[in-house]
Amino acid sequence: MIEISELSVERGGVKVLSDVSLAVERGEFLALVGPNGVGKSTLLKTVGGLLRPKAGRVLVDGHDVASLSARRIARLVASVPQETAFDFDFSVREIVEMGRTPYRKRLRRNPDPDGDERVEAALERTGTARFADRSVASLSGGEKQRVLLARALAQDAPALLLDEPTASLDINHQVRTLDLIASLDETVVAAIHDLELAARYCDRVALLADGAVRAVGAPDEVFTAELLEPVFDVDVAVSENAVTGTASVTALSGDGTS
Amino acid sequence: MLALVATVAAGIGPVSIEAVTVAKVLANAVRVPVGVELYASGGSALQLPAVGLRWAPVTDFEVEQLHATIVLSVRLPRIALGATVGFALAAAGTVMQGFFRNPMADPSIIGVSSGAAVGAVLFIVAPFAVPFGLGLRGAAFLGALATATVVYLIATEGGRTPVATLLLAGVAIQTFLGAVTSYLLLHSGESMRRVVYWLMGHLDASRMTEAWITGLLAVGLVGLMYLYAEDLNAMLLGEEEARAVGIEVERTKRILLAASSVVTGAAVAVAGVIGFVGLIVPHAMRLIVGPDHRVLLPVSALAGASFLVAADTLARSGAAELPVGIVTAALGAPFFLYLLRRREVSEL
Repeated sequence: MIEISELSVERGGVKVLSDVSLAVERGEFLALVGPNGVGKSTLLKTVGGLLRPKAGRVLVDGHDVASLSARRIARLVASVPQETAFDFDFSVREIVEMGRTPYRKRLRRNPDPDGDERVEAALERTGTARFADRSVASLSGGEKQRVLLARALAQDAPALLLDEPTASLDINHQVRTLDLIASLDETVVAAIHDLELAARYCDRVALLADGAVRAVGAPDEVFTAELLEPVFDVDVAVSENAVTGTASVTALSGDGTS
Repeated sequence: MLALVATVAAGIGPVSIEAVTVAKVLANAVRVPVGVELYASGGSALQLPAVGLRWAPVTDFEVEQLHATIVLSVRLPRIALGATVGFALAAAGTVMQGFFRNPMADPSIIGVSSGAAVGAVLFIVAPFAVPFGLGLRGAAFLGALATATVVYLIATEGGRTPVATLLLAGVAIQTFLGAVTSYLLLHSGESMRRVVYWLMGHLDASRMTEAWITGLLAVGLVGLMYLYAEDLNAMLLGEEEARAVGIEVERTKRILLAASSVVTGAAVAVAGVIGFVGLIVPHAMRLIVGPDHRVLLPVSALAGASFLVAADTLARSGAAELPVGIVTAALGAPFFLYLLRRREVSEL
């Protein structure tokens, strides 16, 4: 579904990603993990066509993202950026309708015949339908996150790119949001900070370090002290979570092996 | 609303005319084609006769000839131009505020008005040849477009125009051009009064042709802006967000910037620097109809037209006629402060 090959990206003249290769299967939920500033957001933005690669390429459904128009990209991948300024008096439904932009054409009467239906479906799937007519400015952080997800779903793209979808949420909303994301049929690539949540919800994880992919695989394979310690520069203990049965990572002290 | 304001405004002045009379005069002036006429043209019998439409008035109310003349020849051009300029400035202001996501943005944020001022003042102080015999207005218009182009080029790098850079480049250029205008003003000698008067914004000595040209330009370009209303909505949430839902952000920015600059340049060229219309009208309308540009843009444009016609009526109905720019600022500023205290205008 998504094929990243030998990708290098610079931002402001500084190399952020170098020689990254990664393949994501259709329908898979892949988490990008790694320390702050390692290039998770940059990778998501490049896949979503928001940044141009210096070298290498990204294929989504066989199309080179760098050669597509913003419109074509938006039909292939739906991006949810990390922070959105929601200070405007738009209703939830109006925000979700923006997801239909890539299907509309200027000067066309009734440009998007199944738009309304898709918007309603996205509102239903994300549980935002009941406050669809409220102003987004009045929503809580968790509700806003679901609205953004609804907008991404309304885009009807086969792949979703989510940048820290749970970063500002309390544990209740973290779990509810991830439950929802994991239940989607779409291919999902998400930057996730919380290693335990990544282990619990994702099919595979990609560990990034120094602008490169250090390891890719099932959470159990990647979340080992051996791999994590040098990347996060901290001593860690990896155990099995007694309740969920998935990997649990505990940071021990700040001065690790490296 | 606009039609009502215009009709009432046409009746106010040294010779007071009832609104009903104004309506009658206007109705009488409406002509529709009623038939086809054939003119025998030229002397040669082989030449085809020219075809022309025969026009006739729709209504024939009894009105005094004097009143008809005042309404049609004196007040109507001025009102039409006022409406056009208000329409253009408020629409451009709406677009610029959305575009920059900045409540302080107004139509001349990228230096269009300052450029027009320099062009006009240069023309008054040191007359130079303007192509097509456009004179003062042409010089102002060229100054406006040249400035917008320079600011755009300064702020653009590698096909991208970050709005923050654009904003700062605009402010810097405005300050610089302000200095140029002041310098020219100091050396303007006898024409100083004319320069100052022009800078203040004015709608007198309006001609119907000006109103037609500016009006068609404004309606066309605001129509173009309207096509991008949804893009503007998405861009309110951030440029990356807009790009993520499939909007070619840089192309949209170029189109909106060009349309706003041309429309503002044209308005400033015919009416001088009329402040505050492009700043407060969009804000006031946003408080009433909300941020959705599909509604906000046309509502602001029409409200701007009504506001400027009303302000100009006030400007010319006093004992001594004032430049309308003084009235819009004097009325606009307190109203804006009132809004600022009452609601969060900063919310955009």
